[in-house]
Amino acid sequence: MRQNYAFLDENSKKEIRRKTLKAIAIPGYQVPFASRELPIARGWGTGGLQLTLSLAGQSDTVKVIDQGSDESVNAVNIRKLIQDTTGVPDTIHTDAATLIQSRHRIPEVPLKPYQILVLQVPMPEPLRPVEPQERVTKMLHADKEYSGAWLRLFEQIMNYDSITEDADYPVLVEGRYVMAPSPIPRFDNPKMDNNDGLILLGAGREKKICALPPYTKVKSLAFEDYPFEVESFDDVICRQSGLTGVYMDELIDEETGETYYQTNDTSYMQEAMNREGSVK
Amino acid sequence: MSTHDNIALSVRGAGKFYGDRCNYCRNENNPLNNNICPYCRTVFAVDDVSFDLYKGEILGIVGESGSGKSTLMKMLYFDQERSAGEYYITGYAEGVPNVFTLSSQHRREIQNEILGMVYQNPVYGLKMDFSSMSNIAEKLIAAGSRNVGEMTAAGDHFLDKVNIPLDRKFEPPENFSGGMQQRVQIAKALSNYPPILLLDEVTTGLDVSVQADVLELIKEIQRELGISMIVVSHDLAIIRMLCDRTMVMLNGSVAEAGITDQILEDPKHHYTQQLVYSIL
Amino acid sequence: MGYVAVKGGTKAISASVEMYKNKNRVEALEMEISQIKAGMAQMINQIMSEASLYDRDLAALAVKQSEGNMEEAVFLLRAHRSTLPRLYYSTVTNTREMFVERRVSASFKDIPGGQILGASPDFTHRLLDDTMTYSEASFEMTDADSYGYSLSRLPKVIDYLASEGLLNKVPEDNETPDDITKQTIEFPSSRSERLQSLTRGQTGAVTSLGYAEIRGYGYSSHPNIGEVRVGQQPVHIDPFGDGEGYFIGDVELTEVDAFMPADGDAAEQSKEMEFKIGCGLVFGQNETKAIAMSVLDYSLSHPVPGVATGDDEFVLLHVDSVESTGFISHLKLPHYVTFQSVLDRIRKTKGGTES
Repeated sequence: MRQNYAFLDENSKKEIRRKTLKAIAIPGYQVPFASRELPIARGWGTGGLQLTLSLAGQSDTVKVIDQGSDESVNAVNIRKLIQDTTGVPDTIHTDAATLIQSRHRIPEVPLKPYQILVLQVPMPEPLRPVEPQERVTKMLHADKEYSGAWLRLFEQIMNYDSITEDADYPVLVEGRYVMAPSPIPRFDNPKMDNNDGLILLGAGREKKICALPPYTKVKSLAFEDYPFEVESFDDVICRQSGLTGVYMDELIDEETGETYYQTNDTSYMQEAMNREGSVK
Repeated sequence: MSTHDNIALSVRGAGKFYGDRCNYCRNENNPLNNNICPYCRTVFAVDDVSFDLYKGEILGIVGESGSGKSTLMKMLYFDQERSAGEYYITGYAEGVPNVFTLSSQHRREIQNEILGMVYQNPVYGLKMDFSSMSNIAEKLIAAGSRNVGEMTAAGDHFLDKVNIPLDRKFEPPENFSGGMQQRVQIAKALSNYPPILLLDEVTTGLDVSVQADVLELIKEIQRELGISMIVVSHDLAIIRMLCDRTMVMLNGSVAEAGITDQILEDPKHHYTQQLVYSIL
Repeated sequence: MGYVAVKGGTKAISASVEMYKNKNRVEALEMEISQIKAGMAQMINQIMSEASLYDRDLAALAVKQSEGNMEEAVFLLRAHRSTLPRLYYSTVTNTREMFVERRVSASFKDIPGGQILGASPDFTHRLLDDTMTYSEASFEMTDADSYGYSLSRLPKVIDYLASEGLLNKVPEDNETPDDITKQTIEFPSSRSERLQSLTRGQTGAVTSLGYAEIRGYGYSSHPNIGEVRVGQQPVHIDPFGDGEGYFIGDVELTEVDAFMPADGDAAEQSKEMEFKIGCGLVFGQNETKAIAMSVLDYSLSHPVPGVATGDDEFVLLHVDSVESTGFISHLKLPHYVTFQSVLDRIRKTKGGTES
């Protein structure tokens, strides 16, 4: 069957771009949009994919990652759909991409001013764990009433003497909107603050678009005496590359049964190893 | 606008109507059928109520159910939209704006920082399944606190003040008796030292001995902290015990207002006379 | 090193796709689209309704391609729907002009135009029949007289109730309906948003929630089915906006008017009871779904506090097949990074990071 350029019909893409512009104009605010069904399943990245498809032009180079890897099955699948419908070239090199679609990670290489990072978002509403109703959470955002989000962290401290929120750790954008950054690890939260590139967040099933324009202030929620903490890889070295200070995967050596660590951002690791001339 | 130095808040011509009002009932001189318009059946739940609350005093509002006293209270706490009237709070923007007409964001700010509310039913004032400590923290967080240590210290202080054993501070109110729940609610409302406290039938439904405890607590707090309070009750005995001045409401309007002792000794309005003699 | 989704994704994926494509085709006889269309009409009805795309050929293709997996077939059509430019809206169509093939009323024995049983499995015995064959003979519906009425001009039962003054007369709402495929639902929802979500809803989900509403959680009582009608509904467009309608075809529809005895308007403190209406309208012959839809239309318009089936967010956001199956199935995707983050927090509560 004949397909449109970038799968969606032109009017749909135009609507998505308009809503994206609105999101950029109101950093951290969830703009509702008429999310379309795509040939990949809801919950599998349709929000991010709609953003990418609405933006991908002839001069773009696309990189797609999932769990930090270009070769993860879902990344491969999404990249193939983008390529089949647009013919836009792809890359695994973060620097060489103009459009980066990612699930659950922000690359280790800082974004450049010419780059757009598209994050796939399952649950865009940071207040959903404390309030199930959309009509109520909309009002809470309007009133800037975020006690519920803070209280959740407070209750964790009361129960466990530490904040137990793991990934998708809520952030305050430009001192106004509390936003769910998508399930990136806390390790990646600081990368959003005052960064050089544009970050777009697309939730297909929940039909929301959020944006962090370049140089936006993004602060993870925390208390003065219980500061925000990222995942700790302090004493850990990547077995393959020797890298430190990056997000790691924890793996088990099948032969020895030992736990070892490996850099999660695979293209970053590969580039580092190439530079060292030690690629395996 | 309140000009008097000693005034905590003032209300002028406050009204809450259910219905569209017709030409007949828009004219204040036309009599209503109790508080219902005989033509368009608009209900005047609160009709043209004006009063001042002085700093450090306890003002009583007494009346039977349906007199509009609880509706008035909900309007003062912004739980219900007003239909008419003005409302000035000295502690907010120097008492200049009519706070009834502020945006919901600003009203929320007043609710969080200037007012405290204790409802008849603790379900409305507490998160029943969160720890008592977290309930208190919720009010403090809303009022801007971001320090866990300070908040738990305040929680200890106020829970102790309302005689909740501190070894039960991490228990949720749903585990507590009605009187204890009410005391947690009072502790929460007080926790950020709001200049104005609203108490709506707070002892109704409690055992007589527990009632006496709670009333004693309210008096003590008022003496110690000098908080201005409005106490709504259908029970003249409570009003007599707590309130410096009293306002008697009937069918949505103020029937009589003045010094509590004077009203009880020498009631002027027929309805007040009935009320006073019925308990003597 | 075991299976790590770091390398080899491309190869693994293409092998899996190849295997899926070939798995059942080796032994299966090639099925013709025309056979699926003819022999699985009810499945196609359900798929078109959930996909909100009326095209029997494409639905049959979707059945073939998905090996009869309903959620996959609906998904295929929905995805295809996204590629189509939306050129026109139909003009208002009145179900009083439906060419009726079947209509029954559970409320009145004698209805103007009569009960027409038509084709339905309702009165068959559900016994597996291994002797069943497809016969050559065909059965023709004709526009025969029905108690003196034309089948495309049958009066509706609801009109009778209205003429008796038993029906809560609601002022006609001629606002352009909202379209949830062009504008996201915002809450509180409009009635047109509710009706559109429900008619696109997954048959099983709509049925279960409708069942819960009448079994004991909301209305908790029996609605009376004023009329279920199934038939061919003419559709027109007005491309030049001059009121000149162009006929573009018929669609098969199932329509349900459910009567709910209820208190009169509370604001007027009326002591009278009257009937309120729940409306169900779906593509194809899908009678159970249409009835359940009418129940939910009522429950969402007259919510009982604290009851899930009266909560528009609860019902509308969870009945869509593509959304619910997509999110449930995404749990299969790798979550290594977030799981690592969870591990970090759990270890912290146990006192320090081990490595």
